[in-house]
Amino acid sequence: MSSNNNTENDPLIPRNRANHPVVYDPEYKTSVTRSPKLPLLSMESTLSEETGPVFGHNLIGELDNNLISNFSQGAALAIGERIRVHGRILDERNRGVANTLVEVWQANAGGRYRHDRDKYFAPLDPNFGGCGRTMTDEHGYYEFMTIRPGAYPWPNRSNDWRPMHIHFSVFGSGFGQRLITQMYFEGDPLIKLCPITGTVKNQQQLDRLIAPLDMKGSRPMDYLAYKFDIVLRGRRQTQFENKPQGS
Amino acid sequence: MTQELEWLEETPSQTAGPFVHIGCIPTFAGIAGVYPEDLGKSPINDGAAGECITITGSVFDGTGWALRDAMLESWQPDAKGYFAGQVDADPKVSGFCRFAADAGTGEYSLKTIKPGAATMRTGVHAPHISLWIVARGINIGLSTRVYFEDEYNDADPLLARIEQRHRVDTLIAKKVKTGEYRFDIHLQGDNETVFLDL
Ligand SMILES: [Fe+3]
Repeated sequence: MSSNNNTENDPLIPRNRANHPVVYDPEYKTSVTRSPKLPLLSMESTLSEETGPVFGHNLIGELDNNLISNFSQGAALAIGERIRVHGRILDERNRGVANTLVEVWQANAGGRYRHDRDKYFAPLDPNFGGCGRTMTDEHGYYEFMTIRPGAYPWPNRSNDWRPMHIHFSVFGSGFGQRLITQMYFEGDPLIKLCPITGTVKNQQQLDRLIAPLDMKGSRPMDYLAYKFDIVLRGRRQTQFENKPQGS
Repeated sequence: MTQELEWLEETPSQTAGPFVHIGCIPTFAGIAGVYPEDLGKSPINDGAAGECITITGSVFDGTGWALRDAMLESWQPDAKGYFAGQVDADPKVSGFCRFAADAGTGEYSLKTIKPGAATMRTGVHAPHISLWIVARGINIGLSTRVYFEDEYNDADPLLARIEQRHRVDTLIAKKVKTGEYRFDIHLQGDNETVFLDL
């Protein structure tokens, strides 16, 4: 971890919770016992949320953003449809978030995770781990190579399936910007049947989790591409600050 | 019609799911050799100033069951109340840690140094560690703070905003013995933890 030379500790724009999934959704059964019932305590962000960990590009190994080959460290390729996923991390002011860490994880082409608790009988791929990471460039761009993850069944209602998806974790420059989300694939008929995607009740917002096929970003005879942009909370900037106490 | 505003809307959160460990702490998930080590293994390096402490606890659901799949992140200033990146911050304190509930017991443990009180726009905040909790069934990460029962908390601007004074206690880590604290998180129920929207 490198030192944080970010001097921009401006207040975060309050989160609009209507842009997010509902916390309690009986269709997603696990949320029933894991959703707080009482209102959140709201106040203006403080340094605890405005500052956050900063990671350097030296954290990232050469194969970290290539899930096709990073598990075998280049010795063999993972099975599946080769894809490139790329996009920008932006803030609410439409500015690229530079030098921020993007982490991803996903199931293999058969819909199986490399995890003790995944008991699905689709086989593990000996050359697929399922994790990757990269840093955005100075304009907020990121990209990685992977294989298209398979859909998988999960214990919820009697026949629920997750659409193909990639999990994303993004930092931003303040701990209060922290976001974990999922990317779905254009055209997947399981998207509208899934109770987890269905926790996002605003259709426009849900659409923003669906990455379009990007033929111009693909490479002939090699890989298809999908574009996925993510918007993090932004920071308020104004000269007209009231400074009531001691500052 | 009016002119249009040019703000973008924040991307919606989605649950981290049961396999969050693969992406965030792969070594913990048994995936070795992709990264040299898991990110945020410790919030401090050798030589960090301050009192070494361990905070242990569980994240309980509405039935009283300790989550086995939760992942937590912490963020804190150094022993003098400076965050990494601020002038005068202790270079041995990164301030960031990732840790998971134990797959067998559901207990988590955070080894760190006790943070100092920090001066902010809203005043001096009592020593605290910010926590962010994700898991299957949690659709947007939950934020809370760990304060300490053996510190002066009465003037803290955040704690002061809690109307039901008995709920303040849900944010106070209890001292078990010197250097050891207990901090349980209750997602629902009589002791529901105060979660934050800052
Ligand atoms: Fe998943």
